[in-house]
Amino acid sequence: MQLFRAHVLVCGGTGCVSSGSKKIQEAITDELVKQKLDKEVKVVETGCHGFCEMGPIVIVYPEGTFYCRVQVEDVSELVSEHLVKGRTVQRLLFKAPVTEEQVPSYRDIAFYAKQQRVALRNCGHIDPEHIQEYIARDGYEGLAKALTSMTPEQVVEEMKKSGLRGRGGGGFPTGLKWGFAAKSPGPKKYIICNADEGDPGAFMDRSVLEGDPHSVLEGMLIGAYAIGADEGYIYVRAEYPLAIKRLRVAIAQAEELGLLGDNIMGTGFSCRLNIKEGAGAFVCGEETALMASIEGSRGMPNPRPPFPAVKGLWAKPSNINNVETYANVPVIFLHGAEKFASVGTENSKGTKVFALTGKLRNTGLAEVPMGISLREIIFDIGGGIMDDKKFKAVQIGGPSGGCIPEQHLDTPVDYDSLIALGAMMGSGGLVVMDETSCMVDVARFFLNFTQKESCGKCTPCREGTKRMLEILQKICDGNGVPEDITTLERLGGVVKNTALCGLGQTAPNPILATLRYFRHEYEAHINDKKCPAGVCSALLEYKIVADNCKGCGACARVCPVGAITGEKKEPHEIDTSKCIKCGSCIEKCKFDAIVKG
Amino acid sequence: MCQCASDAEPKTKEAVELDKVLAKYAGKKGALIPVLQAAQDIYGYLPAEVLKEISAQLKIPLSKIYGVVTFYAQFHLNPRGRNIIRVCLGTACHVRGGAKISEAVTKAVGIKDGETTEDLRYTFESVACLGACGLAPVMMVNDDTHGRLTPDIVADLLERYK
Repeated sequence: MQLFRAHVLVCGGTGCVSSGSKKIQEAITDELVKQKLDKEVKVVETGCHGFCEMGPIVIVYPEGTFYCRVQVEDVSELVSEHLVKGRTVQRLLFKAPVTEEQVPSYRDIAFYAKQQRVALRNCGHIDPEHIQEYIARDGYEGLAKALTSMTPEQVVEEMKKSGLRGRGGGGFPTGLKWGFAAKSPGPKKYIICNADEGDPGAFMDRSVLEGDPHSVLEGMLIGAYAIGADEGYIYVRAEYPLAIKRLRVAIAQAEELGLLGDNIMGTGFSCRLNIKEGAGAFVCGEETALMASIEGSRGMPNPRPPFPAVKGLWAKPSNINNVETYANVPVIFLHGAEKFASVGTENSKGTKVFALTGKLRNTGLAEVPMGISLREIIFDIGGGIMDDKKFKAVQIGGPSGGCIPEQHLDTPVDYDSLIALGAMMGSGGLVVMDETSCMVDVARFFLNFTQKESCGKCTPCREGTKRMLEILQKICDGNGVPEDITTLERLGGVVKNTALCGLGQTAPNPILATLRYFRHEYEAHINDKKCPAGVCSALLEYKIVADNCKGCGACARVCPVGAITGEKKEPHEIDTSKCIKCGSCIEKCKFDAIVKG
Repeated sequence: MCQCASDAEPKTKEAVELDKVLAKYAGKKGALIPVLQAAQDIYGYLPAEVLKEISAQLKIPLSKIYGVVTFYAQFHLNPRGRNIIRVCLGTACHVRGGAKISEAVTKAVGIKDGETTEDLRYTFESVACLGACGLAPVMMVNDDTHGRLTPDIVADLLERYK
């Protein structure tokens, strides 16, 4: 085996690729050849490091030096300084947001320091297209242990002991779920992986599939052994082409080594895994709809019971978990259920990956122990709010979740505490909003999404989401009446209790949660016809502050309807009857002379 | 005497490809969606004739196929542009100004969400999330993801796609 004195890890996740990491990787490889270092230094394309904001990311080992926002022009300096002379390139290091200090090492960056990576253990550290790298990090050892030293019943028991709960939304105990499918009689069963990650603002499953596909395959195989399945499906969104490609490579490599397919590891246990590409329907993330879609039908949910564990895919007993759940499984068998359960809270064990997005300084993926406070996630890992604005709310759980205000930021995060606050874990999307986000607009945004994605099978969801959206639209347009709030609450309650599947049952959550914590914003829209955050354009009026206006004319030139007039070097004025409230003038004004409100 | 064979026009390149796909999936369970996906890759969209052919070969009623095609966002019954612009309007992009990017696209190529330009150069769609939230606001053109967008760079960026 060839040994290298240094490794250069270039992130090949979707975030960094779109920031240009492929070109960086090529440039580094070329530069190494040019400087005759290609026999000493190896370039590795890895999966996502999670810190997409700072991409393209390059990490140089053995030191673990973390370079961010690397450009092609930086490559020759990086190679000659770091790899030839052994000097860190200071200007490419990460700068801590508040102190502006440069942080050379990966482990010292606040974004990573508080994380505890289990599901993401290999993401960014291995080349996902080489199974040997996964095996070198103890990959497939958990499967070997389960197959050679445990009965399927013991595997289910171990899962129950671990306390792992489904990471895709509802948080159902995984061991229990496996137990149900294991007990269902029948020679043919299916193991299914839900990789139809559709919640806007969540991308942890994409990251795991792109960065560590074997961990998902291994988790599925352990599950297949436990329930007695010999065939499985991974249902992946077609919007994730890179994830699909890496899964295909991973399946082929595992089959070649006898870790997947017939007679796995010579134990007599066989299981084949297939990939199904989704065709673009959010509701297919619901398990019964997902199975209908695999069968080639419209992806509409079916009433439960019968549960998939009894009658699932092609009417056979089936077990379905999501990507992050399966990625946790090998660790449980490698280190034991007790070790896994030592992290987390009483009823929520282990860690959870959150996708930090919105108005944050550091956006990306962060895996933290259950029980950490939202404040720690947002302010310590996320670095606080962009542009020194004020925190207003954090939206958790995507279209099924809710908004949590400042006063609850110290609540320890787990499945149950979030539900008590009117939100839910969901898939772990965490969108931070500042004072410039309007809560009525946010509720409308989510209802618009669920309404479009409602499959139309059951009346409460089909009609209810439509009517709720209409009311929200009316409020945003300035035509709301006080009764609208009570109608929203009543209608929301009905839809929640009567819709057929999870999509409909949780669709009112964004409204109910914002009404709970931000009722005053609804009232301001309805009673005062004002949008306090300055978002709903129908309720805004643009004005020029004469004292600040220098009369430069920039606003008048950009105004598409000619609503701004004034003499040169004299304060200008806006004709509100002509103004279409597009906001172009505010963007152009250099003197903060235009205000909206 | 039957004239069908002599009258029939030679099969197009696309039809030959479609035959291969149908042969590959013949008799397999759950084949409809993968076959439709492959057919759309070949033709760029799903013409009515192709759906009839799939219906005959897979022995699935045309009505059911129409139901599936219209259910999923991915399938298209009309011709599409050579370049597909997908502007993300997911939560993270929404709070970071995705709507302004959408407006900039309309201004640059003159079509609204869901439309295709007459010269078939562009199709413009909005999507709920591309999973690249760390780079919001984001849009995808074909298979390229473009992040950290501002409205003023959209036109130049789109101009690159001929």
